[in-house]
Amino acid sequence: MQVTLIDLATSSVAAALAAETPAAAASGTPGAGARLMLIVPVLTLLGTVLCGLCAALRVKSKLPAWTTVALLAGSFAAVAATFSRGEGVLSPVIAHGFEWISIAWGGWGSGGLGHGITANFSFYVDSLTLLWMLFVTGLATLIALYASEYMSHDAGTGYCRFFAGFNLFVFSMSCLVMADNLVLLYLGWEGVGLCSYLLIGYFYKKPSAVAAAKKAFIVNRIGDLGLALGIFLIYVQFGSVEYATVFEAARPYIDSFRSGDFAAIPAAVQLIPILLMVGAFGKSAQLPLYVWLPDAMEGPTPVSALIHAATMVTAGVYLIARTYPLFLCSEHALPVVAWVGTLTALLAATIGMAQFDIKRIMAYSTVSQLGYMFAGLGALTSVGAAFHVLTHAFFKALLFLCCGAVMHGFAGQLDLRRLSGLIRVPGWKVVGVGMLIGCANLAGFPFTAGFFSKDMILAEAFVTPGMAPIGWLLLLTAGLTAYYTFRVFFRVFVGPVSFEPGDEVHSHAHDEAHTHGHSSDHANTHDQAPAHASTAHGHFHPHAPGWAINTVLVILSGLSIAAAGLYFMGPHGGWVASMIHHSSADLPAAIGEHPSHGSFLGMDPHKVMYYVSAVVGFAGIAAAFILHYAGRTSAATSRRADTLSDRLGVIARAARAKWYVDEVYDYLIRTPLWVLSHVFHLVDKLIVDGLVDLFGWLPRAFGRSIRPSQSGVLHGYAVGMAGGLAVILLIVLLVAW
Amino acid sequence: MTSAWLMMTSSALLAQTGAPAAMAGPTLAHYLFVSAAMFALGLIGFLTRRNLIIMFLSTELMFQAAGIALIAFSRFHLNHTGETFVIFVLTIAAAEAAMALALVVLLFRRRESLDAQQWDEMSG
Repeated sequence: MQVTLIDLATSSVAAALAAETPAAAASGTPGAGARLMLIVPVLTLLGTVLCGLCAALRVKSKLPAWTTVALLAGSFAAVAATFSRGEGVLSPVIAHGFEWISIAWGGWGSGGLGHGITANFSFYVDSLTLLWMLFVTGLATLIALYASEYMSHDAGTGYCRFFAGFNLFVFSMSCLVMADNLVLLYLGWEGVGLCSYLLIGYFYKKPSAVAAAKKAFIVNRIGDLGLALGIFLIYVQFGSVEYATVFEAARPYIDSFRSGDFAAIPAAVQLIPILLMVGAFGKSAQLPLYVWLPDAMEGPTPVSALIHAATMVTAGVYLIARTYPLFLCSEHALPVVAWVGTLTALLAATIGMAQFDIKRIMAYSTVSQLGYMFAGLGALTSVGAAFHVLTHAFFKALLFLCCGAVMHGFAGQLDLRRLSGLIRVPGWKVVGVGMLIGCANLAGFPFTAGFFSKDMILAEAFVTPGMAPIGWLLLLTAGLTAYYTFRVFFRVFVGPVSFEPGDEVHSHAHDEAHTHGHSSDHANTHDQAPAHASTAHGHFHPHAPGWAINTVLVILSGLSIAAAGLYFMGPHGGWVASMIHHSSADLPAAIGEHPSHGSFLGMDPHKVMYYVSAVVGFAGIAAAFILHYAGRTSAATSRRADTLSDRLGVIARAARAKWYVDEVYDYLIRTPLWVLSHVFHLVDKLIVDGLVDLFGWLPRAFGRSIRPSQSGVLHGYAVGMAGGLAVILLIVLLVAW
Repeated sequence: MTSAWLMMTSSALLAQTGAPAAMAGPTLAHYLFVSAAMFALGLIGFLTRRNLIIMFLSTELMFQAAGIALIAFSRFHLNHTGETFVIFVLTIAAAEAAMALALVVLLFRRRESLDAQQWDEMSG
């Protein structure tokens, strides 16, 4: 890897002296352009402050939304400008912000490795960073625009709170992605976790939202512990937390990996990726820590789209891609990643097949697709994983935003048994077409972006030695994915027109659309009235999305389609491959060419996989067509699908109940912990508190026993004094004798 | 009555120790005897009487008994420190007496009585 920093040299200088040097080095050699990236955190932090100010000033307009959109667009422009100038694209560049943590010990002039720790607020800008930042800031801008309309029913403090959290999220994400050291990455990592918690719990008066927020935070804590331990171990092993230094130090181990000599790599170094992986599994919702993501759908849909589908949950993929050289240092790390990803993909897909809440189906599909990305990383195709991250970010954001538009327009209705034929409802064409494009991508319909990215992972799984079972499982999952994706589309967007509103009716600026034929006082007070929905049944008119939502859907549809073009921009994997090859996730530079080519039923997977996965995808779509479209006459039931699920009996019920994973966790982890905590509570109450109470009780009892001697009668005291005097006299006399 | 008995026994005691018949002048023992007798009288008065003023007078008696003992020893050792000390003590005792009497008056106003047993609020 080409590292153009002088930072490496300066890191051996005492940290106290180094204060000026890296800044000069960073701004001097690679040009000032990379410094443009420093604007991103500044703008987003500014956005947080401004939205907070709006909340303090009780702004009721859409000002916070426009501020956010403008600032995020500025961030995107800064990233795009850096990219277009080619800074950091071919070799990493460091944009130095300010000195953040700098500690040295062991005497003057020995601030080198192991004698100090340097973690600057600096950005490591290479093509992997740029790739991630481009879609993070771009999608954030679009989704903020969408949210300006989607959240409008909450205008006021809630609106400001939402956008403040939104900005803070992008700030944290940019720290995570652009950090030049693991400590700053950890700051961003915790920051996105915090924002995720805040935004899932946005409807803080709703108990389920609060519970989901807590669940997300607590489950992520397990992963974060792994990441923190991984970072500590990296420091202990390599004496630094800065990528450039760490990768340089890991180079000898990669040579051992290349020669297959894993015995030469210390066990502690092999442990590092295992620990980092735990962090990645928590953040990216992989087995066994995936349970928080489906519940996170309690948050507003733009949050689900941005944080829980497109960007934050890919942080785990980013972490592994970024520290790919370290993962190559371990014999078991990448196979474990691949297997965990594959099993997660399969499990989540099976759960997604049986759900009825369309947003929850999308959540399970996110878990499943993240599993593909991990499988891709594990199967030594970081390019495929990154490409899938990129395409998934676009089409999954699109799918979520379409679901959000449905939820917004149909008063919170997300049950696919109560919605049907939406594409033929006036004003819903854009949403319907957007959904179709998103579904086609997710299902891996030929020539869509999702098709190419999924294909790359599948083919590579068959190519990489020992990974064939993973390939087969992923292929099966691809079929299941196509089925549950088009199940949603065939049930909700086509077929006979029929719909029921959900139980939440927003008060809208233009709510004549909602409350056609209702008394006006009802219209004013229907804010939180579940009873209203039932009265509205029959008179309900869906509220078609406005220009902001439609614009964003059109742009995202375009991007989802255009992402396919990236595959053809350049040889062997296209534009994403050319980006990855110049970053730390680059594989050939690390291990050279694959030692051997696997095969798919005796054919070259690279060539044959296109056809195989297309056939599998078609099979899934056809199954969905037969079961959920052909012959369906009402929204609630589809005769064939219902018969099939009856015939499957227990399996279908278990899948619908999410394989009882939550219950198993409850039984295996929560209940024992609960019992244990009560035991500890008793121990605390009886033994610890008892001891403390005893020492409080003893003096009191002593006092109580001698208190009667204080009679308050003057003569009593006088007699006591005289008696004392007599005793003293007696003693004196006795002694004198 | 008790004090009278004490006086008698003490004089008998003095006679037994064999004081010189010529009575060449009062010796240290005489002074100490007077001091001890005054202290005993004061103590007995303090313990037996309930009237606050009498009790107060009894404490003063004990006080002066101590003063006499101090002066006697001071004279015996030909050292004037004790006498000086007693003069200071007397001054302070005068001030203290003024205050104590004022307190007694206030207490009397509270309860219209001088009985010391009227005040027992400080019981534990």
